[in-house]
Amino acid sequence: MRPQEDQTRFTESSWMSSNLGPSAQQALISHQRSWSPYVDNGGTVLALAGRDYAVVAADTRFSVGFSVPSRNLTKIVRLTDQAVLASAGMGADRQYLHKILRSRLEVYKYQHQKQMSLSAIAQLLSNTLYSRRFFPIYAFNVLGGIDDNTGEGFVFGYDAIGSFEKVKVVCSGSGQTLVQPVLDQQLAGRQKYDLPDDQRMASLSLDEAIELTRDVFNSAAERDILTGDAVEIYAVTGSGVRYERHSLRQD
Amino acid sequence: MSQVNPLHYNGGAIVATVGHECVAIGADRRFGQAQLTLACDANRLVRVHDRLVLGLTGLATDCMTLAERVRMRTNLYRLSEKREPRPATVSALVSSLLYERRFAPYFVEPVLVGLSADNQPYCCSMDLLGTPMVSEEFVAAGTCAESLYGTCETFWRPGLDPEALFEVTAQCLLAALDRDCLSGWGAVVYVLHGQGLTVRELKARMD
Amino acid sequence: MATRNGSSGFNFDLVLRNERLVERLQVDAPKSEASVLAKLPRKTGTTIAGMLFEGGVVLGADTRATEGNVVADKNCSKIHYIASNIYCCGAGTAADTEATTQLIASQMELHRQATGQALVPVVAAMTRLKQYLFRYQGYISAALVLGGVDELHGPSLYTVYPHGSVDQLPYVSMGSGSLAAMAVFEARWHERLSEDEAKRLVYEAITAGIENDLGSGSNVDLCVIKNGGKSVDYVRGYAKENPRPYRKPTNYTFPKGTTPVLMEEIRKYIEVKRVVSDL
Repeated sequence: MRPQEDQTRFTESSWMSSNLGPSAQQALISHQRSWSPYVDNGGTVLALAGRDYAVVAADTRFSVGFSVPSRNLTKIVRLTDQAVLASAGMGADRQYLHKILRSRLEVYKYQHQKQMSLSAIAQLLSNTLYSRRFFPIYAFNVLGGIDDNTGEGFVFGYDAIGSFEKVKVVCSGSGQTLVQPVLDQQLAGRQKYDLPDDQRMASLSLDEAIELTRDVFNSAAERDILTGDAVEIYAVTGSGVRYERHSLRQD
Repeated sequence: MSQVNPLHYNGGAIVATVGHECVAIGADRRFGQAQLTLACDANRLVRVHDRLVLGLTGLATDCMTLAERVRMRTNLYRLSEKREPRPATVSALVSSLLYERRFAPYFVEPVLVGLSADNQPYCCSMDLLGTPMVSEEFVAAGTCAESLYGTCETFWRPGLDPEALFEVTAQCLLAALDRDCLSGWGAVVYVLHGQGLTVRELKARMD
Repeated sequence: MATRNGSSGFNFDLVLRNERLVERLQVDAPKSEASVLAKLPRKTGTTIAGMLFEGGVVLGADTRATEGNVVADKNCSKIHYIASNIYCCGAGTAADTEATTQLIASQMELHRQATGQALVPVVAAMTRLKQYLFRYQGYISAALVLGGVDELHGPSLYTVYPHGSVDQLPYVSMGSGSLAAMAVFEARWHERLSEDEAKRLVYEAITAGIENDLGSGSNVDLCVIKNGGKSVDYVRGYAKENPRPYRKPTNYTFPKGTTPVLMEEIRKYIEVKRVVSDL
């Protein structure tokens, strides 16, 4: 769901869209006058889980149309020692969402004398998004972390209004269509139809997972103009959160 | 988007990749009407001759019309020139057939692959107005072109031999098709190499 | 046999069909998607620029072609040949810049032969381009930077807009990255630039477009025309500053047999020799 993302985009000039029929032109004109509170600031986010880790990654480009107001704006927030959230979509909505989640977690910590668990955070995020069902927060979230009981890695993928799913790998944002099939192929082995399940499913070590993440972000930056500049990677394990940052294409 | 995009109305996707003295082209088999699948034996790849394959995706009626017009023009070329047209020649032909209809276009995205007499690969895609884009790596077209670019950008490497090129092309194609509702339902990959043309029908998800 | 009856020009047979088709597909779709027809062709979100110097002209361009938000071509060529002494950078719809420059190039060659000149004047190309674009009221979306050197006027530089208007200036830029490029020109340009200074400045302007405009990217192409139009230095990839920074060190491997195959058909080439009959 991406409400009306294109009409604010600055194209080279109006003659670009002038080869339309009269009715289509009319529709375009009347549409541009409508109120539109959403902007897509682009970028790709990704989360993948292994047996005892989760990797959450995002690029740092912040774009408006064809221009780049910032090359180093993080899309990721570290919510607890066991949970990291990354959000693509609109920058302002993302910052607002991250802020209220952090404050809710802070309150929880003082009320319960412990950190909120990953699954509880997942539900909290869903509730927060659904509370704005009819004026949605324009952010596409992926949440990754480890279960505080079992230590197993899990990630959660969301739509803008709180529908979510517990999965092993998910990505979202402008590079989603480029990245998702690569992850499917590498992690779920969906294309090796003839092999038995246990041989199709890859189990990557943490280092392999980080390497793969870095590679797919480089691939996405090659073809998606809204993804680039740098990739931030958070690795969540039982011993805490590790952070790394690498350059991507700058153009 | 796909609802109102005539290019995506019938579905379909094509990918072409370049190897060492070989070239591969893969396509899905779905023929649909928006979300409704009508058949899974669509043939998007046209063998112009043994060293040249033209892939057409987009609005099915226009693909067929264009394929027929290309066939007629290449046949006329054979009669007058007494030889097979080179890949670049057919590329220029398709390009001019499309640009002629600049203001009322055929809704097709052609992909052309070929081998020259000395086995040099040729790989080219066009938009619906006939802008040729020759690539030494890979090209993609159709409803899941973005996904195909994503997979090829990650998995493809330069200098692959025909067997390796087939596996890479097939995996890139299947991975992209599995995330696309408008394409899939079987796939086929042609590999053109020094010894001939290998056609493989792939096992794919039929949903 | 470009069109029916051997006539040349555009074919409008499918206008009505296409309008009806889009109308029908649009029935259930929101009106905001009405611009779908305009979005279909491949555009070159572009930075192109040109600059005069003592005795010649420099043209520059980036090499990215986009379809929506996806890069269709990472190394396309946007500086087109018009004549041996004239080149032309194109921005806008890729098909239009390509076809328009090809058309004018062939007209210029015919003009050269008809007039018996060694080199065609740049104004001739400019006039043909602007008249052609004006005739189509801007519907042919080609925004051009035309540069060349001839005996009549020496180095010349023009911009031709899609509606057919023309500018003649010592330094120009066009495309979605034109503001970034022009910012560099306005800050650094001065009169009596040497060839090297002009090349440097155009390179920096295109680089500004590549870095700051998402529609532009990859490499810088430069084309220097000088020496009365007799020497052309067209450098593809004058700067290649945006290679892929990282590739996974361990290759993805797909051993033979990874993909299940339902049917395989091998068509081998056979050599056909002409057999001469004994009779």
